[in-house]
Amino acid sequence: MFGLENAAGPTGAAILIGIVLVEALLLYVGYGVLESVLGPTIARALRGD
Amino acid sequence: MELLGVAVSMLAMFAGFGVLIGLLFGFFGMGGSFLVTPALLVMGYRTDVAVASGLAFVFGTSVIATLKHRDLGQVDYKLGVLMIAGTTAGIEVGKIGLHWLQDIGLANTVVSIAYVGLLGGIGVFITYNALKSDGEGGVSHDAEDMDVEEAAEDIPDIAKKIQSYNIPPMMGIKGGLKVSLWMILGVAFATGLLSGFLGVGGGFIRMPALFYLIGVPVPVAVGTDLFEIVFSGGIGSFLYAMDGAVDLAIVAPLLAGSALGARLGAAATSLVEEDDIKVYFGIMLLLGSIAVAVREIGGVIEMPVLDVVSLAIIVGAAMLVSGAVVVSSIRELRAQGPTATAQSAD
Repeated sequence: MFGLENAAGPTGAAILIGIVLVEALLLYVGYGVLESVLGPTIARALRGD
Repeated sequence: MELLGVAVSMLAMFAGFGVLIGLLFGFFGMGGSFLVTPALLVMGYRTDVAVASGLAFVFGTSVIATLKHRDLGQVDYKLGVLMIAGTTAGIEVGKIGLHWLQDIGLANTVVSIAYVGLLGGIGVFITYNALKSDGEGGVSHDAEDMDVEEAAEDIPDIAKKIQSYNIPPMMGIKGGLKVSLWMILGVAFATGLLSGFLGVGGGFIRMPALFYLIGVPVPVAVGTDLFEIVFSGGIGSFLYAMDGAVDLAIVAPLLAGSALGARLGAAATSLVEEDDIKVYFGIMLLLGSIAVAVREIGGVIEMPVLDVVSLAIIVGAAMLVSGAVVVSSIRELRAQGPTATAQSAD
C-alpha cells in the first residue's frame, strides 16, 4: 500500500509510523467534524423525532 | 476491484472489524488489541506481521483515544511519565525471566498458564464485583462522562491502604489525591514485569491496577493508560517496522474503522447505564481466557482447527458485548422519546 510494501530500516519505519500517526490525527479531526454535523440528526432519528 | 493495490473486499473487512474493536475500546477504554493479533494469525499472516501490524494499530488507536481524553482533562502526564519509567524497568526484568524460562524449556507452558490465569482472574474479579455490588463499586469504565473529583471519592479499600503509606516524596495526582512516588513506581514495575513476562501490551493489567491499587479515578486511569500506550505502541511498532513487518494494508483500514467505532462507543457511554454492561465485559475477558487456553491446547495436541475455534470464541464474545452496547444505546434513545432535549452524541 502506498508503495511501502518493502519499506524497512530506520527511514522506512519512521515513514510508516508517521503515516499511521497522520492518519490517526486526520481521523480524529474528520470524525469529530462528522460527529458534530451528523450526530444530533442521527440521535433525533433514533429517538423517533 | 482494488484500491491502492489492495482488494476493496479486504479493506472493507478490516474496516468492519475495526468498527467492532473500536466500539469496545471507546466504551470500556480497553479490550481492543487482544483481538487483532490472533485474528491476523488465523487469517494466515506471518507471526511478525500479525504482531507488528497489531502494535501499529494499537499505536494509532491510542493516539486518537488519548487526544479525546486530553480534551476532557483526563490525562495525568506526570503520572504517565512515572508509569512509563516503572513499566519499562519491569518489562526488562520480565524479559530476563522469560529468557531464563526459555533456556530451561518451560517458557510456553508457564506463559500460557499465567496468561490464561490472569485474563480469567481479572474477568472473574470484574464480573464478581459487578454482580455482588449490583452496580456499586468495581471498575467502571464510564470514562467520558464521569467527573474526576466525583470519581476520586469512589476509591477501593486496597487503594486507600496504599495511599496511607506516607513514604516521601509524595505526589499529587488528578482527583486531588496524594500517593507515594515509590508506590506508583512499584505498581508500574509490577505491571511492567507481567507485560514483559507475558509479551503483551499490558493495558488490561495496568488500567485496573491504576484504579484498584493506586486509587486513580477511572477516567484518569483510562486516559493515563492510553497516554502510556502511545509510547509503548509507538516504540514497539517502530522496532518491528525496521524489519519491514508492519503491513499498512491491514493497519490503515483497521484504524479507519476503529476510530469510527470508538466515537460510537464513547457516545454510548453517555446513554447506557454502564453497570448493566459491566458484567458482559467481565464475561468477555473470561471467554478471552478460554479462547487462549483452547489455542494453546490446539498447539500442544497439534490440532490447528482449535485456532479457528479460539478466534470464533473471541470474535463472538466481542460481537456479543458490542451488540449489547449498541442495542442498549438505541433502546435508551428511544426511551428518551421525541420530546427529550437533543443530546449530543458525544
